[in-house]
Amino acid sequence: MDNKITTNGILVYVELDHNKIATVSLELISKARDLADELGVEVSAIMISDGENKDSDSPFSYGCDQLYRITDSRLKFYETLPYTKLTAQLIRRIEPQIVLFGATPIGRDLAPRVASSLKTGLTADCTDLQIQDHEDKAKKKLYKNILFQIRPAFGGNIIATIISPDHRPQMATVREGVMKLGTANPKHQGQIIDLPSELSESDFHNQFIDRLVGRRRINLNGADIIVAGGAGVGGKKQFQLVHELAETLGGMVGASRAAVDNGYIDAEHQVGQTGTTVRPKLYIACGISGCVQHQAGMDQSGKIIAINTDPDAPIFNIAHYGIVGDLNQVIPMMIKSYKAKE
Amino acid sequence: MSINLIVLVKQVPDTKNITAKAMKDDGTVNRAALPAIFNPEDLNALELALDIKDRYNGTVTVITMGPPRAANILRETLFRGADLCILVTDRAFAGADTLATSYTLAQAIKKIGDYDLILCGRQAIDGDTAQIGPQVADKIGVNQITYVHKIHEIRNDRVLLSRNLGRITEKIETGLPLLITVPASANQPRSYGAKLMMRFKRARTRLEVEAEKGKGDLPAIVAECERLANRGLLIETWSAADLDADPADIGLRGSPTKVKKVQSVVFAATDTRQIDPTEMGIKQLMAELIEERTFG
Repeated sequence: MDNKITTNGILVYVELDHNKIATVSLELISKARDLADELGVEVSAIMISDGENKDSDSPFSYGCDQLYRITDSRLKFYETLPYTKLTAQLIRRIEPQIVLFGATPIGRDLAPRVASSLKTGLTADCTDLQIQDHEDKAKKKLYKNILFQIRPAFGGNIIATIISPDHRPQMATVREGVMKLGTANPKHQGQIIDLPSELSESDFHNQFIDRLVGRRRINLNGADIIVAGGAGVGGKKQFQLVHELAETLGGMVGASRAAVDNGYIDAEHQVGQTGTTVRPKLYIACGISGCVQHQAGMDQSGKIIAINTDPDAPIFNIAHYGIVGDLNQVIPMMIKSYKAKE
Repeated sequence: MSINLIVLVKQVPDTKNITAKAMKDDGTVNRAALPAIFNPEDLNALELALDIKDRYNGTVTVITMGPPRAANILRETLFRGADLCILVTDRAFAGADTLATSYTLAQAIKKIGDYDLILCGRQAIDGDTAQIGPQVADKIGVNQITYVHKIHEIRNDRVLLSRNLGRITEKIETGLPLLITVPASANQPRSYGAKLMMRFKRARTRLEVEAEKGKGDLPAIVAECERLANRGLLIETWSAADLDADPADIGLRGSPTKVKKVQSVVFAATDTRQIDPTEMGIKQLMAELIEERTFG
């Protein structure tokens, strides 16, 4: 790519999850649309598949202008090398100034390999993306409209703004739930561009012997109410109270890393920097002290209620309602008064 | 059959157990309060390599890039059963992002030359990027499989393994050479072997020998390094020159990404309303939330 500074559009890697477009990809198209409007450019998407998926319209309603479809019956399951080759090929061809990937297990496998083969930068797990000017005082150079990639680092204790001023494309990955899904506009039209795959047998290295699909993950992202428990819950048995409150309120169960590490609940319930990022209308934190890593995953919640015996727990700094008390007494009272009102 | 294994490891600040004590009054991180530790998932990668060595025979070579004190984690790998350690260190490597780091590590791997399987931890806890494995694989031009939790069999330059992609578990057969990344769920890292610890506790790098003997005393340094090397106790140290690294591709200069700004996370205080943990207090709170239609 010779690191030519292009002013072309934004490319989003569209990931398929069992023939359906992954939510994170649509969230990224929504975000790309906003950034593209600021830059005055178009949004493209790349979708690699075996052709079994029928959904090619939703990218357009979230703001995509061109969808590049590469179809090959050998591409049923994700494999690093052929997917890297096709993605890098398209990037070399259309020379986007920004490329975005979902920070899914596949996105985190693919994006770094693509970035390395293009010799460009990649910022993982961005929590915000902005278009801004950057002045390099040493070089006396003004970089206009570059991508500010904002992410937590150092275990979530600092927030870093990363830029890639002299290299293109500027690449970033973003976790599911971090960017807001825009409102679908069925009137927004786009163009499908089908490309041949041009892969040969020698591009494939893996033989899939067996493939097990577990049950659908708990989707905390979609929950309006989350009741989460931490180390302060004290045990697996006591954690039942958290489940009960969630059930009563029609919410889902979340957990801090400490609760997961202690074996109170499965990792798929984990909220925070290394778990899921959530923004429910109501988040009830039970026995969660609220370290930065946890806060990073839930501080955008509409209302936060914190229950903790320690009045100095950091969670109280971001809570809208603080209850200093024993959750074993407080939760049953909450359930009781909710049921009484209903 | 003998399998040549290379494990990439990193020394990291212990960010996992950050408490209020590690934060300064101005909200910045007090690095001095954080111990430097062996990146946890790199221990899982090392364990998997040692397990393969136990099953099939072979050699485990461990590489780390970092400051001279990173020799501490290399000694830890010797205590667990690694055969050879290499410290890749040079001021010229400072400020490297993942692209420059992976180039540097790839140069070290190329210098070793003979390898079947390269293992890395899934990610390091200081950056959590998970980029080094895939980028090293790209730089040396081998296939990669990430999140590998089990190696079922290795035979005739083929490997049968299982990897986990979120809710999908795949069993894959593929060819060697290969780079894999290993998550914490793969295994329980072994502890130090008592005999290995006795044998390798005096293992040192040339830089450590220099610090002991005084930098000026070259004959003493050379003699000591030779003595250590003869007993298999010299931890090799490779610089940028040893790696034949292109200065344009290493350190800050070789890094496309720059840190524009760093902000410490300061807990933003929200106006918190205190609710009494009494029947009355809770009842009132729930009534209010129902009124505001918070519960939908």
